[in-house]
Amino acid sequence: MTVVERREIALVDLLDRLLAGGVVITGDVTLRIADVDLVRIDLNALISSVNENVPSPFQGELRGELRGELRGELS
Amino acid sequence: MTGLRYVYAVCRPFDTPLQSQLTGVAGDPPRLLHHHGLVAVVSHVPEWDFSEEALRAHLEDLDWLTETARAHQGVIDALTAVTTPLPLRLATVFRDDSGVRVMIEAREDDFRRTLDRLEGRVEWGVKVYLETPPEEPAAAAAPKPASGRDYLLQRRRQTRAREDLWQRAEEFATRLHRTLGEYAEDARLHAPQNPALSGAAGRNVLNAAYLVPRTRSEEFVELVDRTKDDAPGLRVELTGPWAAYSFVGDIAENAGNVPGDPGGEKRGSAQSAARNATGDTTGDTAGDTVGDTTGEGT
Repeated sequence: MTVVERREIALVDLLDRLLAGGVVITGDVTLRIADVDLVRIDLNALISSVNENVPSPFQGELRGELRGELRGELS
Repeated sequence: MTGLRYVYAVCRPFDTPLQSQLTGVAGDPPRLLHHHGLVAVVSHVPEWDFSEEALRAHLEDLDWLTETARAHQGVIDALTAVTTPLPLRLATVFRDDSGVRVMIEAREDDFRRTLDRLEGRVEWGVKVYLETPPEEPAAAAAPKPASGRDYLLQRRRQTRAREDLWQRAEEFATRLHRTLGEYAEDARLHAPQNPALSGAAGRNVLNAAYLVPRTRSEEFVELVDRTKDDAPGLRVELTGPWAAYSFVGDIAENAGNVPGDPGGEKRGSAQSAARNATGDTTGDTAGDTVGDTTGEGT
């Protein structure tokens, strides 16, 4: 087994902290998206861009659905 | 067209100037907004990129997300070098300075309490990966089955080998987490990372964060380093020091210091789900007489 110290911070490690950690304050402009939704959006974006074989869940109907869902939460 | 205020962190006033070359989100240098004996670190960002509507679209754009996350982290890193910041979640945006001041006033007691608790502490990330894909060791060692019976025996061997591997990984991760948790002041479990996202080889079986005083960090790193000979087929990755991102949650929840880790349950179920997915594990008696073919040592 090896212990690896990476120089460049992996994006996924960054997102673990910037999207799942940190003080959550609803700014007066910030999205009112639940944490889980925020993470899902970003991770889905990640998945579809790192792997072309995985179709983006935001295409077509699903995308429309999610947007509707978000809109519902925002209103 | 009015600039909005992107807030990175809240901290106590500090004397050391930030590095002059530092640029934050949207290329704007971070500025210090003093209020009520606290400092909010902010950048001026354009409304067309950081309004609610724009942010929603941007968060689906990997390039934008990467750039913004790295810029955010760059400022937090610079702050960590000179003080103990309370990092805010990505994309916390206010309309103007007075909105930021109102936010500070509303939460100043929480901020002070958490700043006291975190003073001089940093976060270390530790991940454990199961390096060998579970189906490989047995499959590679086994000859082509000559009969249906051989085939079934072989499948059982493989299933068993996978189970052993998983169990060892789980035991190792649990033991490591306990050891590091005893040394650290606090610990949090993050959900295991999806290999499709991280691009890391192997399966992530532990993804944890530990809160450690800066002065004891060297020993903590050595402690992690010493685990390297403990288990074959596993890989340990260390990241940090980070600002204490994973240990500021009680401000948001307003729930004080919750003992125990709510992530533990999540990890447990993720692991058992993963184990269940490694194959049918029905307890056929023949399994007991089949030798260990992992070749991985114990």
